[in-house]
Amino acid sequence: MTALLEVESIAKSYGGVAAVRGVSFTVDAGEIVALIGPNGAGKSTCFNMIMGQVSTDDGTIRILGHTTNGMPPRAVWRLGVGRTFQITATFPSMTVAENVQVALLSHQGLLSTFYRYAGSIARDEAERLLDLLGLKAQASRACGELAYGDLKRLELAVALANDPKLLLLDEPTAGMAPRERAALMRLTTQIARDKNIGVFFTEHDMDVVFEHADRVMVLDRGFLIASGSPQEVRADPKVRATYLGEGFDDGAGAGGGGNEAHRS
Amino acid sequence: MRVMLGIAAALVAGFAVSNGPAWAADEIKIGEINSYSRLPAFTHPYRKGWQLALEEINAKGGVDGKKLVVISKDDAGKPAEAVTAANELVESDGVVMLMGTFFSHIGLAVSDYAKQKKIFFLAAEPLTDALVWAEGHRYTFRLRPSNTMQASMLAEEAAKLPAKRWAAVAPNYEYGQSAVAAFKQAIAKKRPDIEWVSEQWPPLGKIDAGAIVQALAAAKPEAILNVTFGPDLVKFVREGTTRGLFKDRSVVSFLTGEPEYLDPLKGEAPVGWIVTGYPWYAIETADHDAFLKAYQAKFNDYPRLGSVVGYVTMHAAAAILEKAKSTDTDKLIAAARGLKLDTPFGPIVFREVDHQSTLGAYVGKVAVKDGKGIMVDIKYRDGADYLPSDEEVKKLRPQE
Amino acid sequence: MEFFVVQFLTGLASASSLFLAASGLSIIFGVTRILNFAHGAFYMLGAYLAVTLTGQWSGPLGFWGAILVAALAVAVFGVITEILLLRRIYHVPELFQLLGTFGLTLILQDVVVLIWGPEDLIGPRAPGLEGAVEILGQSVPTYDLFLIVCGPVVLAALWLLFHRTRWGVLVRAATQDRDMVAALGVNQKWLFTSVFALGVFLAGLGGALQLPRDSANHMMDLSIIVEVFVVVVIGGLGSVPGAFLAAVIVSELNAFGILVLPKISIVIVFLVMAAVLVVRPWGLLGRQEGAPRQAPGATIHPWRPLRPPQQIAVAGMLVLAACLPFFAGNYALNVATEILIFVLFAQSLQLMMTVGGLVSFGHAAYFGLGAYGVALAARSLDLPMMPAVFAGPLLALLGAFVFGWFTVRLVGVYFAMLTLAFAQIVWSIAFQWVEVTGGDNGILGVWPASAVGGATRFYWLTFVVAVAGVICLRILTFSPFGYALRAVRDSQLRAEAIGIDRLRVQWTAFMIAGTFAGTAGALFAYLKGSVFPDYLAIPYSVDALVMVLLGGIETVSGAVVGAVVYKALAIWLVSQTEFSKLILGAVIVGLVVLAPEGIVGYLSKLARRIKWPLASKRDPERPAGSSEKIMRPDKEKESAVGFALKPSPAGAGSGGVEAGSQENSPPRMTKAEP
Repeated sequence: MTALLEVESIAKSYGGVAAVRGVSFTVDAGEIVALIGPNGAGKSTCFNMIMGQVSTDDGTIRILGHTTNGMPPRAVWRLGVGRTFQITATFPSMTVAENVQVALLSHQGLLSTFYRYAGSIARDEAERLLDLLGLKAQASRACGELAYGDLKRLELAVALANDPKLLLLDEPTAGMAPRERAALMRLTTQIARDKNIGVFFTEHDMDVVFEHADRVMVLDRGFLIASGSPQEVRADPKVRATYLGEGFDDGAGAGGGGNEAHRS
Repeated sequence: MRVMLGIAAALVAGFAVSNGPAWAADEIKIGEINSYSRLPAFTHPYRKGWQLALEEINAKGGVDGKKLVVISKDDAGKPAEAVTAANELVESDGVVMLMGTFFSHIGLAVSDYAKQKKIFFLAAEPLTDALVWAEGHRYTFRLRPSNTMQASMLAEEAAKLPAKRWAAVAPNYEYGQSAVAAFKQAIAKKRPDIEWVSEQWPPLGKIDAGAIVQALAAAKPEAILNVTFGPDLVKFVREGTTRGLFKDRSVVSFLTGEPEYLDPLKGEAPVGWIVTGYPWYAIETADHDAFLKAYQAKFNDYPRLGSVVGYVTMHAAAAILEKAKSTDTDKLIAAARGLKLDTPFGPIVFREVDHQSTLGAYVGKVAVKDGKGIMVDIKYRDGADYLPSDEEVKKLRPQE
Repeated sequence: MEFFVVQFLTGLASASSLFLAASGLSIIFGVTRILNFAHGAFYMLGAYLAVTLTGQWSGPLGFWGAILVAALAVAVFGVITEILLLRRIYHVPELFQLLGTFGLTLILQDVVVLIWGPEDLIGPRAPGLEGAVEILGQSVPTYDLFLIVCGPVVLAALWLLFHRTRWGVLVRAATQDRDMVAALGVNQKWLFTSVFALGVFLAGLGGALQLPRDSANHMMDLSIIVEVFVVVVIGGLGSVPGAFLAAVIVSELNAFGILVLPKISIVIVFLVMAAVLVVRPWGLLGRQEGAPRQAPGATIHPWRPLRPPQQIAVAGMLVLAACLPFFAGNYALNVATEILIFVLFAQSLQLMMTVGGLVSFGHAAYFGLGAYGVALAARSLDLPMMPAVFAGPLLALLGAFVFGWFTVRLVGVYFAMLTLAFAQIVWSIAFQWVEVTGGDNGILGVWPASAVGGATRFYWLTFVVAVAGVICLRILTFSPFGYALRAVRDSQLRAEAIGIDRLRVQWTAFMIAGTFAGTAGALFAYLKGSVFPDYLAIPYSVDALVMVLLGGIETVSGAVVGAVVYKALAIWLVSQTEFSKLILGAVIVGLVVLAPEGIVGYLSKLARRIKWPLASKRDPERPAGSSEKIMRPDKEKESAVGFALKPSPAGAGSGGVEAGSQENSPPRMTKAEP
């Protein structure tokens, strides 16, 4: 069986500055893989290349056996890839339920319908997804009124609308309180396990990473410097060197906070 | 949504209420439309002209004992607005005829409306030939000498010049194009040896005068035909004078002698240009004298060409009503055909064949006196002499 | 050869005067993001004031003093405008500033005639620069040489001002990131005022410096404004060197273009703009803009289809409107017909602007194509009304198909300007192609068939078409396609990530809007009986834009009310007064200041306010007014920054969540307390 996501020595540079240099890895179905690294390590570029927002200079990306280099994000999405953004991207003029409905309509190929009232199509499905993420009570509220944590959950609901095989989550818990982070990640993990979805995520909060990831990869200045189980990575001297001075030690909870502050 | 429809209903109701025309039996109403807000410099003197005439007519007891009333509307310089105004005048105010308009396309729009609604229309100022020829019909009459008439008057003078190499500059729209075409045609009859070496078509109101003048000069013409007017003319004259374009060259120019166009140029008026226009200061006929005195007494201002046009249009309307002894459209048409009228320019007649009046224009040369542009060596050209024969017109005009 | 050198110099002189007029517009837009439609009016004011002042003061000192004082006086007027009008509307979407300054332009057009009279005024020539110098055997006006120097000098002065003074550094910083400058504690208010003053000063100077070449006349504002907008856009919005480069390119292409094609001037700037924007979507020296401050139409109050009681009310109104012929005369019916046509036209633009977030400055192109479609079918092909009437929407669809493909590739103001360019190109074709379109004399005799002729029957026909059209457009808004269109408008990133093809969706919307506009145009042709290039021109595009904004850009069908109010008012004013522009302008300015959410938007805001005390118990965070929508555009950004800066100590518990939501919605928290 081929891997869900195969990345083979992809590279990207901006105006001569290499952001990502020859990174390769795979993600299998049902596997939860974290990508970590200090600021500017190239994490977001990696994400954007996989989703198609950014073109690759070199290397190949295969999703479910399809080479996706050069595909626009919408085509990647059609292969069964859902994603969330570091800064939430939702439709503020719609209600919470409508946000999910649009994604469902798109998945069902109904967006070229010109006459039916969209607000009543796929409503039940949307509510099921919202229920899954604990947003059912908010379904009829304007999305623009949601608290940030709820927006993050809504994004996840939207990302799940096309029954994805692969979820790309760019800092899914950024901006949330620690307790909420843990809850959201537990939920995500559970959904992924239930539906056999591969999850590829990046995260600053080391608690989240080490608790939930099956495998952790560390990116530094565009290079993949380590990969393995959370324990292996935590023990890796190269990783420790990269995070030196940033409180990267076994007391990872404080480390997460430190990174957060550093990010600004 | 509810509120918006409420507003709609209220507005609609408002129009419905204002609809019923107040109508007095001892009045005859004439509807008048012109581009007052768009072209005040031309239309305000025109309005003064018809107001003076209206006063004179009513002072003499009106028409057939009935007071003449003019309901005047602005068209904002847009043909669609002019049709709306015409419609209001006809449907709501119950006028017996329409008069006015300045722009050719607005004149045509109102003329077409008149044809559709079967209402009499006396066009005052539009110049396009189409109004009485290609798009002519029984409901529309026109007073002012048309494009072709002015072109023929100028071509007659131009043919006397030795120049063989000609260049033209004209605003890029129907008026400019047909003026140049008519002039070319008229002068070719008298001077087959003439060749056209350059044509420039700046957009109306946006002439890039320096580049145009250079381009004209590069063609080395011996004479230039100018059709630009208004702000374009000012720029063209200034650039041309500075760059020496007019030195040792004859220039023949449409309308430039009309005070509306000549006066803004002040002392920079282009001396020596052969132009059509209205030298109110130099016309020595009794009819014009009377008009001039009355106008100056009433408005404390000198008349422009528009004043004469407005004045004569109003008098023509009254004369038509007088002769028809009725406000019925068919009777008005019958009365207007062949109607003779004395004007400050002399006697005119509305031709039966194409409904064009024989009002003429003055041709002369531009000179500067006391820091103002004037026309000298003036000659009145009777329109009758510059109109095609009945046979030719019949080919140009759709037959009823 | 000599000739070409001199022609080149002549082109440079034109470029300089164009640049002088355009530079101020570019600066103002760059910093304040205001599309200052009144720029042409300020230019005109500069020319008029200079005429008056040069008449008072003689001699070289008097002349140059007069030019400078005129420009300064215009700048003072600009400052007053900024403080009284623009400061009140900085926070609302960009289009309202365009609308407000458009209203001001209308007012000034009439005011200038009232003060200076209707006749063109000619000023003196510049003392010492009256004559010409011989260059390579050709005469070049000395004043042209002065202008050729003037343009680069002003460019250099502006460069020094922006790069060598603290004020200039702040202005440049503000051009790049306004929030940052605000964060630095700079008084943004006065920074904006001073920038506006500088821009308006340059406009006034540009106008005053035209005096030795041009006359001051009350139409010079409109003849310059479109051109300078185009130059600024070609150069790249906010880029002063770009404006200079664009002015040179446009002027030189014109100077040499007329040698080959003497009729090219009328359309050259638009051809250049279309070509540049297709190749470089952000102009020659412009930078890619971030997401617009707020996509037009984006609201955080989700739309709902009408509920049954509202449906009944609307149906009642429609029945009433359908009965109009029983109690109204022919004129009132014709006016009502015209209003209905504009309702359809404006609603078609609303689909694009509000639902699609695509602001078109050239929507009249499709209205006019609709009119020409029927006129050509009826008059040139001699078809009866029944098939001919379909030629209108078809031609409009064809136009939208072609132009839409190019334009949807652009965003924001560039999209708007490319639509304008295409509209102007279509207009110039109609205007010039006399053999087919009759040129500006138009096509006459396009009257409806007798079955639908007469005021009453034609009213009913229009009523049915317009109502059906508006209903179709509403259904479309709430259909899955409408949601896709809104999704693209709200967040391109998210829309793309859920499989929506932005270009295809927006192109489709463009074609739909164009077809409905064409339908309105076709009816308009039959109502008026004649078709003119006017119908394709900018005033009709602006009318539609005003109608949508007047009704409310965040509403589904505000355009219906906007069209009814604006058209009825306009027709009534033109009929009743010669100062229709003055009054209409004042009404527009008043509305922009008092109710930027538009008539319908204002009413629904009121309705929400009334419901608010009830809702507050259940939902303490419910927004109270529309002011929070105004903050909305920067919210994503603000919150992102806020989160990055916010320390999140481990174990802070749920406090972090609350802090987060506070950061996310500062206006909400303050607004919640009455």
